Amino acid sequence: MTTSSTTVGAPEAGAPAGRARPGGRRNASTSTIDSKRQWWGWLYVTPFTIVFLLFLVVPLAYAFWMSLHNKGIATGGQSVFVGIDNYTRAFTDPIFLAGLARVAKFVVVMVPIQIGLALLCALVLDTLATRLSKASRLLIFVPYAVPAVIGALMWGFLYSPRFGPAGDIFGLFGLDAPDFLSSSAIFGSLVNIVTWQWVGYYMIILYSALRTIDPSVYEAARIDGASGPQIALRIKVPMVSSSMVMVLVFSLIGTLQFFTEPTVLRSVAQGAIPSDYTPNMYAYSLAFSYSQFNYASTIAFALGIFVFIGSYIFLFATRKQSGLK
Amino acid sequence: MATITRNTSSTASDARRPAGRAGGRRIGSHTFLLLMALYFVVPLWFLVVGSTKSNSGLFVGSGGALWFNSEFSLVDNVRGLFEHQGGIYWIWLRNSFVYAFAGGVGSTVLAVLAGYGLAKYRFKGRNAYFAVLLGSVMVPLTALTIPTFVLLSSLGLINTMWAVVLPSLLSPIGVYLVRVYSQDAIPDEMLDAGRVDGAGELRLFFRVALPLLRPAVVTVLLLATVFSWNNFFLPLAVLRDTDLLPVTVGLNQWQALSNAGAGGEQVWNLIVTGALVSIVPLIAAFLGLQKYWQGGLSLGAIK
Repeated sequence: MTTSSTTVGAPEAGAPAGRARPGGRRNASTSTIDSKRQWWGWLYVTPFTIVFLLFLVVPLAYAFWMSLHNKGIATGGQSVFVGIDNYTRAFTDPIFLAGLARVAKFVVVMVPIQIGLALLCALVLDTLATRLSKASRLLIFVPYAVPAVIGALMWGFLYSPRFGPAGDIFGLFGLDAPDFLSSSAIFGSLVNIVTWQWVGYYMIILYSALRTIDPSVYEAARIDGASGPQIALRIKVPMVSSSMVMVLVFSLIGTLQFFTEPTVLRSVAQGAIPSDYTPNMYAYSLAFSYSQFNYASTIAFALGIFVFIGSYIFLFATRKQSGLK
Repeated sequence: MATITRNTSSTASDARRPAGRAGGRRIGSHTFLLLMALYFVVPLWFLVVGSTKSNSGLFVGSGGALWFNSEFSLVDNVRGLFEHQGGIYWIWLRNSFVYAFAGGVGSTVLAVLAGYGLAKYRFKGRNAYFAVLLGSVMVPLTALTIPTFVLLSSLGLINTMWAVVLPSLLSPIGVYLVRVYSQDAIPDEMLDAGRVDGAGELRLFFRVALPLLRPAVVTVLLLATVFSWNNFFLPLAVLRDTDLLPVTVGLNQWQALSNAGAGGEQVWNLIVTGALVSIVPLIAAFLGLQKYWQGGLSLGAIK
C-alpha cells in the first residue's frame, strides 16, 4: 500500500538491520499506524475489561482471600489468616463431599440424557421439512424461554399429589400415582425438570449446525447404499462435533452449579431436599443462614475450581473434535 | 429418463427407494416429534388451564388438572394479582423488565465492543487477553455470587437495583461469540479500504462493522436478556426489599409462603396466573424474532 515518506527515518523501524529488505520501509510506516491502532484496540475492550475486573477478577480474588481467613466471635470479629484450614475442613466435610458426589451423579445421568435427546430431535428434524416438523421444533424450544424458577414451580404443581394430573392419569390404569416428591424419587424428578428446560436449546444449536452441512456429502453416501441411521451416526454426528462439545460444556457447567431447581422445589419437598442438597445450596445457606461467609467462600471457590478443572480436562480431551488447539 | 436423473440426485434416489419404507419412517419420525412436542408443551398447558381456576378450583374441579373447570376465573385471578399485597406482582414484573433490559443491553454493548476490538485490532497482549477470556467462560458465575455479595455490601450497594444490574453486565461468552463471529464476518480489506478513504475508527465501527455484526448482536442480546431475566441466585442473595425483587424471586416467595402458611396466605391461583403472565413476554419475543436467533445460536461452535 502507500508508503509515506515521512516515516523513513522512524527509529523503531519494524525491520531490524539483519532483515533489511525492500519491504522494510513499509513495515516502518505500518508500525506507527499500528501503535495508534493498538490504542484503539484497547479502547474497544476497556469498558468490558472494567466490568470483568470488578465483577469477575476481584470477587474471585476476594473469595480466595476470604477462604484463607476466618472471622467470627472466636477471633474477636477480626479476620485471621488460617492458611488452608478452610480447605482441609471443606474436603473432610461430609456435607460438602456428599453434595459434590450428588452433582457428579447428576452430571453422569442428566448430561447424557439431555444431549442424547437433543441430538435425536435435531437429527430427526434435519431429515424433515414439513410444517409439523417446523412447529414441533419451536414447541420443543419454548421451555428455554421459561425462567428456571417458573419451570420448577410449574413442575412442582404437576408433581404434587394435590394439584397434579398424575393421580388421574395413573388412575386410568387403576394404579396409584407414585410420589414424585419423595426422597427416593426426587432425583429423577429434578432430572426431568432440567431436561425439560434445556433440551430445546441444545437441540436448536445442534440443529443449526446440522443445517450448515452441505447435503451433497450424504447424497454420495446414500448412493453408496448407506441407510438413514448410518448417515446420521457416521457422517452427521462427526460433522457437528464442535457444536456437540460446546453443548456438553454448557450442560456440564450448568449441572455442577445446580441451585435454582432444587431450591424452588424445596418448599414443596422439604423432606426430600435438604438445604445443603448441592454445593451451591450449601454455600448459600452457610452464608445467609449461618453468616459463615469465609467458609461459604471456601465452598464456592472449591466448587469453582472443580468446575474449571472439569471443563478444562473435558475440552482438552475433546480438543480434536472441538477444533480448539 | 435422462431429464429425471439430471434434475437433482436426491429425487432420483428417493424415487428408487421403496416407498413403503420411507413412508413408514416419516410417520415414525413425525410421531416421535409429536410426542416430544407434547412433553415440552403439556406443562405450559397446565399453566394456561390453571390460570382460569380459582384457588380451590385448582384442587377440586370438574376438569381435572389438565382441563378447564366449569367456572372461569381468569379475570378474577388477574384482578387478584392487582390486589394481593397492593399489586406487588406488577412491581416485580417491572423490576424483571428493568433488570433484563439493563443487563441485556448493557452486557451486549460491552460484548460487541470488546469482541470487535479483539477480532480486528492487533494490540499487545491481545492473545493473552483472549486466553484469559476463554478461561473465564468456564468460571461458574454462581461461585462469584457470595463474594460479589460481600463486595457490594462493602460498597453499600446491597439491596439496590445496582446490585443486580452491575454484575449482570458481565458476559464473557458474549465477547467470545462476537469475537468469533467478527473474525469472518468483517473482512479486513473492507476496514482497510475505509481507512484509505479517510474514515475514522469509530465511523468504521458504526458504518461497516455493526451492520455486518447484526446476527451476532441479536443473538448475544437474546442470550444476555434471557440470562438476566432468569437470574435467581444473585437477586436472592443481594436483595432484601420485597419492592426490588424480580418476578422469579417474588413468585418463589409466594410459593414458599403458600406451602408453609395458613389459609389466607395460600394464593395458588395467583402463583399460577402470575407464572403464566410472566412467561408470555419472553415467549412472544422468541417467536417473533425467530429468523434472527435460529441461525445465531450455533455461532459459538468453532469451525
